[in-house]
Amino acid sequence: MRIPLSWLREFAQIPAGATAEDVMTDLVKVGFEEEAVHRPTDALRGPVVVGQVLSLVKEPQSNGKTINWCQVRVVPEGQEQTLTGKGIDPSGVQGIVCGAHNFVEGDKVVVTLPGAVLPGDFQISARKTYGHMSAGMIASVRELGIGEDHDGILVLSRIGLDPEIGTDAMELLGLYDQAAEINVTPDRGYAFSIRGVAREYAHATGTVFTDPASKVTAPAVLSGGYGVKINDDAPIYGKPGCDRFVARTVRGVDATRPTPPWMSSRLRLAGIRSISLPVDISNYVMLELGQPLHFYDQDKLSGDIVVRRAVTGEKLTTLDGKERALDAEDLLITDASGPIGVAGVMGGASTEVTDATTAVLIEAAHFEEVSIARSRRRHKLPSEASKRFERGVDWQIANIAAQRAVDFLVELAGGTADESGTDVGTAPDPVTIALPGEFPAARIGIDFTEEQIVTSLEDLGAVLEKTDAGWTVTAPSWRNDLETKEDLSEEVARLVGYDQIPATLPVAPPGRGLTRVQQQRRRLVQALADAGLTEVLAYPFVSKAANEAFGVAEEGAPRTAVKLANPISEEQGYLRTSVLPGLLEVAKRNHSRGFRDLAVFEAGMVFLPGDTLGTPSIPPLGVKPTDEVLDALYDGVPDQPLHVAAVLTGHDSPAAAGHAPRLWDWADALDIARLAGDVLGVELVVTQGRHQAFHPGRAAQLSLRSGEVVGYAGELHPKLLAAHDMPARSVALELNADALFEAAADVVVARHISTFPVATQDVALVVPQDVPADDVLAALREGAGELLEDVALFDVYAGKGIEDGKKSLAFGLRFRATDRTLTADEASEAREHAVATAAERFGAVQR
Amino acid sequence: MTETLPGAAVPNPLDETAINAAVDQAVAAIAGASTLDELKAVRLAHTGEKSPLSLANRGIGSLPKDLKAAAGKLMGSSRGRVNKALADRTAELEAENDARILVEETVDVTAAPRRRRAGARHPLSTLQDRVADIFVGMGWEIAEGPEVESEWFNFDALNFKPDHPAREMQDTFFVEPPEAHLLMRTHTSPVQVRSMLERELPIYVLCPGKVFRTDELDATHTPVFHQFEGLAIDKKLSMADLRGTLEHFARQMFGDEAQIRLRPNYFPFTEPSAELDIFHPGAKGGPRWIEWGGCGMVNPNVLRAAGIDPDIYSGFAFGMGIERTLMFRNEVGDMRDMIEGDVRFSEHFGMEI
Repeated sequence: MRIPLSWLREFAQIPAGATAEDVMTDLVKVGFEEEAVHRPTDALRGPVVVGQVLSLVKEPQSNGKTINWCQVRVVPEGQEQTLTGKGIDPSGVQGIVCGAHNFVEGDKVVVTLPGAVLPGDFQISARKTYGHMSAGMIASVRELGIGEDHDGILVLSRIGLDPEIGTDAMELLGLYDQAAEINVTPDRGYAFSIRGVAREYAHATGTVFTDPASKVTAPAVLSGGYGVKINDDAPIYGKPGCDRFVARTVRGVDATRPTPPWMSSRLRLAGIRSISLPVDISNYVMLELGQPLHFYDQDKLSGDIVVRRAVTGEKLTTLDGKERALDAEDLLITDASGPIGVAGVMGGASTEVTDATTAVLIEAAHFEEVSIARSRRRHKLPSEASKRFERGVDWQIANIAAQRAVDFLVELAGGTADESGTDVGTAPDPVTIALPGEFPAARIGIDFTEEQIVTSLEDLGAVLEKTDAGWTVTAPSWRNDLETKEDLSEEVARLVGYDQIPATLPVAPPGRGLTRVQQQRRRLVQALADAGLTEVLAYPFVSKAANEAFGVAEEGAPRTAVKLANPISEEQGYLRTSVLPGLLEVAKRNHSRGFRDLAVFEAGMVFLPGDTLGTPSIPPLGVKPTDEVLDALYDGVPDQPLHVAAVLTGHDSPAAAGHAPRLWDWADALDIARLAGDVLGVELVVTQGRHQAFHPGRAAQLSLRSGEVVGYAGELHPKLLAAHDMPARSVALELNADALFEAAADVVVARHISTFPVATQDVALVVPQDVPADDVLAALREGAGELLEDVALFDVYAGKGIEDGKKSLAFGLRFRATDRTLTADEASEAREHAVATAAERFGAVQR
Repeated sequence: MTETLPGAAVPNPLDETAINAAVDQAVAAIAGASTLDELKAVRLAHTGEKSPLSLANRGIGSLPKDLKAAAGKLMGSSRGRVNKALADRTAELEAENDARILVEETVDVTAAPRRRRAGARHPLSTLQDRVADIFVGMGWEIAEGPEVESEWFNFDALNFKPDHPAREMQDTFFVEPPEAHLLMRTHTSPVQVRSMLERELPIYVLCPGKVFRTDELDATHTPVFHQFEGLAIDKKLSMADLRGTLEHFARQMFGDEAQIRLRPNYFPFTEPSAELDIFHPGAKGGPRWIEWGGCGMVNPNVLRAAGIDPDIYSGFAFGMGIERTLMFRNEVGDMRDMIEGDVRFSEHFGMEI
C-alpha cells in the first residue's frame, strides 16, 4: 500500500518537514514493514513553470519534419523575471523549439526552463537546434514522469486548469508530494486505505486522527433507488456471499471531464493510473475509505440487479475484454440480460461506463472474503477490489463511500444525484469478546495498567463494557481480524509498544540431548568430511529418467516417485528417489569449473511413495482430529529415509612435488561405504552387485547381516558417465543411512583381550576365478573355529604357475587362545580345518 | 690397510718405558683418527694381532715364571688404556657421524606435498548443528519430520484458513494429484504440530530442516532452503519468555553485545505475532538492524488442533532462516554460492563457520 503524504495529512497531523522515510519509521512500530519511497522530486527538479505560448511559427525542415518556433511567456506581463541563470531570458519570454503539434498560440503549457532536470537525468539547457537558440522545453506528461502519453505536450486547459503564468508547475501538478510504500499483512484489510493507515499513524505517533468517514454526510436511510435483490442460494461455509448492497444514481454526468491534478497526482503516487474521471473517482474513494466501488452505465442496465451464484455454463465478458466461463461457486452481479460482473472481482464489459455515459449507478457492496478469494483465484483476476474484499471490508462504510463518490460525480463531473437510493442486506452481528482483566498481562508479560488496556482498545475504535472479570469488548466494524482475547492482547501490546516487553528466560525441564539417530547422523556426516570428502546440498528435484536410472537397481523396473503438481521446471518435475543424480550434477558443475579431482557427498532425504498417497480430505482447523484420522494423515505421507551418497572422480589428492596422487577407483567407493558402516558400528556385507547405474563388473552390493540390501558402491556405468559428460572411471556409492542407524547395536559388548602369544600361519588357496575372495575368507573363518583371532587376504594372483580360470588367494591367519599359549600343532590343526572348509565349499586347493 | 706399524720394534713386555711409548703412540693415533674408518685402521694397527702391544703381550708367555706377573700387570693396564681410548673415541665419532647424517637428511619442509584431502562440511549443515547445540544446552530437544507433508500439518493445524491470502503467500509446491493433499513443507512448523501431538507436556523443542517455496533461484531466493523453528509449550509462558529466549540465543550466536528487537507482524499460527530483528554490530557496511525471522505466542487454535487446552497451557514459537543467518553472519553475498555445490564454497569453511 502506497500512502501519499498529502493525503495522509488530511486525516492525521504529520510534522511539516516529515519525509516518506519518517512516516515509514513511525508505521514500522505498529507493524507495517517498509517497502519503498516514491518521490517525484528524486528525479525531477525545477525550474518548471506555467508558460503561455505567445507565438508559434511552423518551420518545415529538410528532414521532412516541421518544427514550431515558439515564444513562450513564463513571467506574467509587466512583471520581471526573478530567475537568473544561463539561458533564462530576463524579458520573461523564452524562445523554444518544439516538435509537437497539439497546441496553438494562447495555450498554457508546462515549460521546463534551463537548469531543470527531468526523469532519466535529462538536463535542460539552452542549446542551438534547427537554427534557433532553444531555451527550455515545452513538456509532455511522459517527460515530466507523470504519464505515458508522449503524443503531444501537456496543454493545461485540457486538464481543466487555467493557472497564472509563471506558477510553479510542480506545485500545480502535485509533484512535491511523496508516498511511503508499506507492506500490509494479510490479516489487516482495513489498512488498504488511507483511513486505516491514518488511524495507525495516529496510534504510532499519538497524533490526532480524523476519520475520513466523518467528513461525509450520507443519508441515514436510502430507499426508492435502483432495484437490487440479494439471492445467494449457495453460501460458502454458511456465510452469505453478499450481505450489503448500496446503489446510488447520479445523472447528467460528463464522463469526459478531466480529472483534477490533485486527484490524479495522488492516484499516481498511490500506484494507480488515471484513466477517466469516473474510474478515477471510484479508485480514489476506494483508496481513501477502503470500500471498492463499481460504476455501471445505468442506461445499459435492464431490470433489477440480482446478486446470485452462477449457473454452470454461464459466460461473462469482463472489462478486460476476455470471455470467462463461470463456475457455480462464482458470486455474480446480474440483471435481466444475465451476468454483468463477477462480484467484487471484475465488472462486465456490457454495462461499462464510457465517455458517452450520463447516468452512473454506483455500487458499494459488502462481499464475503472466501467467495471473492475463490473467484479471483479461479479466474486469475487479482484486482484492487478483490484484494480488499478477500481481506475484509468494513460493512459500515458502504453507504458513506457511495456518498463520497456521489459528491465527486456532482462536483467534478457536473452530475446531479438522485434523492433516492438503495441499501439492502443485513448487518452482521457485532463481534464481542470477553477479555479477562489479567489476560493481556499474562499473555504479553507487561504489567499493563487498566488505563493502558482501555485507552489502547478505545483508540482502535473498540467499545468496552466493564464486567466482573474484565471487559466485554465490541470490535470495530473494520477490524474483522479481532476475534479473540489473544487478538486484543496483541493490540494492547502493539499500541503500548513491543519494545516495552521485558525479557525472562524460561527454564526447560531436564532434556535428553540429541537422540541416538541425531548423533549417528552427525557422526556419519562428520566422518565422511574427516575422510576428505566435501559435503554439498543439492536440490531434490530430478527428472523421471534420473529416478529410473538411479533409483532402482534393475534396468526397466518401474520406479514410483513423487511428482510435483507445480514444479519450477517440468523437466525436473519429480522428487528424488536417489541422492546420486543431484550429486552427479554438482560433480559435473565443479568439473566444468575446472575442478577435476573431486570427492563430494550429501546426506539427504529421498522420497519413496507407498501404496497410499495422501488423504482424500483433510480435517478442519482448530480441532484435534480423531486418532483414526491422524493415523490416515501419517500413513499418507510417503517414506522419506535419509540416504548418504558420494561421487568421486579424478585423483585422491592434489599432485605435488614428491607426491604422485592416485586415481580414485571402485575400491575407494567401497572403502568409504565401509567406513560409513564402521563409524556406526555396523558391519556391511559386500557381495558382487548389479545396479544399472554402475559398471556391471565393478559394483558391490552392500547388505546388513540380516540380508537387507542397504546400498551400492563401485564404478559408475561408462555409458552413464559419458551421457553426463563425466570422466570415465568416476566412482560412487549410496547407502540408506536410516537402515544403518537402525542396525547399529544399542550396547557394544566388550571382547576379552588375550595376552597369550599369537601364532600366525599363512595359506595360499587356488580357487576358480569367479569365487569371491570374501566367501573363501568366510569359509576359512568358519572352519578355523574359535582359536582364529583374525584372517586377512594379502595377495591375489593369477597367471604363470596357476591353471587357467583359477586364481590363488593368500591369506594370513592369526591364532590365539584366551587361556593358554597355543602349541604349533594346535595352530596347524586349526589351519587344516579352515582349509578343509574352503576346499569343501569351493574346491580350494592348497598351493 | 696395514696390520702392523711399519718398522716398529716389538717391545719387551717388561720394558715399561717402551710399552708406555707404544701406548702413548696408540692413544695419540686414536685421538688423531677423524672418521670411524680411520679409527678402524688405527685400532687394527695398535691392537691388532701384529700390533706391538699384542706382540709384546704374546711375549709374556716366553718369560720366566717369576716375571710373568709383573709383565702381565703392565700389559693389562697398558692395553686397558688403549681400549678405553678406543671406546671413547668410537663413541665420539659415532655421535658426530649420527649428527652429520641427520644434517644431511635435511629436507625443505616448505615443499611438503598435501597427501591427504582436507574434507569439508557444508556451512549450512555446520550452522544447523551449532544452533541445535545451543538449544540442547538449554535443555531443549531437537525434533524432525518429513519434507513431503500432509497439507493439514503444514496449514490447517497451524490455523491457516483454507481460503485466506496468507495460505497463498506461502508459494507452495503441491504434490500430484492435488486431491491427495500432500505438499512440500513450506516451513518446519508441521514438525511443531507433530511434536505437540506426540510429546508429553511441557514441550521445548527446536525443529531444524529443509523447507520449500516456489521461488526461482537468484541472488536472494532459492526454492529449497533451511530453517530452524523453536516451540515452547508450558504453563504461564508469556511474550516476555519468548523475548528472553531469543535474547539468550542471539547472544550465544553473536556475542554478549547482541540485541534483538520485536516488531508487530502477522502469522496465522501466532497471536500476538512479531518480526524479529537483530542488531548486528559487525554488519558489512556498518552496524544495523537486520530482519532475522518471525515469532509470537502460539495461537490457541494451533494448541486445540493438537489437543492441548489453551486455557491451561500457552506457548511461544519462533523461526529463522539458516541461509539468511549465514548470509549476514558470514557475509555470504549470493544465495547461489550456498546452493550450487561449488566445492570452493564448502572447502573455504572446512569444518568451521
